[in-house]
Amino acid sequence: MKKTSLNRREFLTRTAQRGALVASGGLLWAYLLQQQAQATATAIRPPGALAEADFNASCIKCGQCVRACPYDTLKLAPVGDTAAIGTPYFTPREVPCYMCEDIPCKQACPTGALTPQLSRINDSRMGLAVIDIENCLSWQGLRCEICHRECPVQGKAISVEHHPRKLSKHAMFVPLVHSEACTGCGICEKACPTDEAAIRVVPPDLVQGKIGSHYRLGWKNEAGITKDFKPAAKIKSPDDQPAGGLDYLNKGEL
Amino acid sequence: MNTAAKENKLGPNGKPVRPFVMPKSMRGKLSVWRYLIYRRTLQITILLLFYGTAHWGWNIAETPIIVGNLSASKLLGFIPLADPFASLQIMFTRHMPQNELLIGAAIVLGFYALIGGRVWCSWVCPINMVSDLAAWLRKRLHINDNFRLSKQLRYSVLILTLLLSTITGLAAFEWVSPISMFHRELIFGVGMGWTAILGIFLFDLLVQRDGWCGRICPLGAFYALVGKLALLRIGFDAPTCTHCCECIKVCPEPAVLNFSKAAQQGMIISGECTNCGRCITVCPEDTLQFRYRFKTSTHQPAHSNPRLTTGE
Repeated sequence: MKKTSLNRREFLTRTAQRGALVASGGLLWAYLLQQQAQATATAIRPPGALAEADFNASCIKCGQCVRACPYDTLKLAPVGDTAAIGTPYFTPREVPCYMCEDIPCKQACPTGALTPQLSRINDSRMGLAVIDIENCLSWQGLRCEICHRECPVQGKAISVEHHPRKLSKHAMFVPLVHSEACTGCGICEKACPTDEAAIRVVPPDLVQGKIGSHYRLGWKNEAGITKDFKPAAKIKSPDDQPAGGLDYLNKGEL
Repeated sequence: MNTAAKENKLGPNGKPVRPFVMPKSMRGKLSVWRYLIYRRTLQITILLLFYGTAHWGWNIAETPIIVGNLSASKLLGFIPLADPFASLQIMFTRHMPQNELLIGAAIVLGFYALIGGRVWCSWVCPINMVSDLAAWLRKRLHINDNFRLSKQLRYSVLILTLLLSTITGLAAFEWVSPISMFHRELIFGVGMGWTAILGIFLFDLLVQRDGWCGRICPLGAFYALVGKLALLRIGFDAPTCTHCCECIKVCPEPAVLNFSKAAQQGMIISGECTNCGRCITVCPEDTLQFRYRFKTSTHQPAHSNPRLTTGE
């Protein structure tokens, strides 16, 4: 009997030890993963990449997209790189995406992390170009507009607009990015002639705001607000009665 | 029986126990090392094929030989291959991969299910070169274990991998796997992944014998389960065995060499056996040989391997 209980104690201790080892290791591991999963995504992904969380889950890190790219745009992030470990990304200032019509990187992906649903490269949203107007040559009044001319979705993703110049008769021609057409290919960033690119591609989540559906921009949509606009129905309350009090001056009581 | 045999211990079969002696001739040595040489050749060739296809444009009739890495690849432009364990992790994150990956994983899984799951470990996995080196050095330097981790730990790590994949939504092992870091960085550009490899080397050398491959790695545990029913086995010809235990000394998974079990089955049946062939070449009695699982055992007259017992 004594021997049995000792064995049971040994068994329980050993089980607890093993459990503790696995649990503590597992917790550390979970922290590491959780941190990776929730880290702010700053990498620009290949065309057709799923939303960052789904992409990170689905990508098997095989690099077939990297090899399929004819321009050597894509890289697989090694350990210690800025992008999440082993996943494909590109740095537009070095080599942008040249927007192949047949999207070979997407075709090479075995998992669907680069979604097969992307059929036209112009529909891809790798990132969004943003302009630093303090350092953009055009915004300083020079005639540059290189980004506009290099843009593969020319005229739609980047337009050039008139902009008044202080105290001068001459207008400025300034580039503006339109998110509904910008694919985030980064050709503009690559082409920007300033020392540090004044137009840059970033993940849209990092820079894009959201107005909120309760704002009605009537002047943007003629059919929208004016047609079915009705003033709010008046709520009847005791306060709706003409104010009482001292109105004797008007009533000629004096 | 000669006089020398009387001085020596006798095996359970009544034959003298002869120790393994490393042959002095180069031919003999090469014969002892032959599976090691085959394994290294295969491991390096596979990495080289990936690298050559990626960087030197290796192709057959304009078709790239093999594109990708050991996680997933495309052979000869149309055969998909994929790591079944990585694919399983992706599925546990509740993401269904495309058919191409599933087919690739099924091909690889089928292959290893036939020839032995852990054939991956000793014949393909590049980490095997690191852990083998550590094990060899450890033996040379007579380093003892710091502490002992259970050989069963890897199965807990395997379950943990799938659990964490579901909880965090990331393929848990793929995000920390030194195996993937190793081949990925060799093929696609080097980063800090070598630090993980160094970690495994030091752990195996100084902390725990066969620590990574034999106790922690969940991929090895996965393939051990896959290989349970495999057809290619190390056959065990019980009547010739003298229990000299030379095989156990070289085996990285000594628990699989259970003589009584092996005698019953006529072969090593454990899924944890990596089919590395180390035991075959050191066995002085030729008791151990690769064999097909369902071949009825042939009791040949006991023949010994004179080269290994006389050292000629």
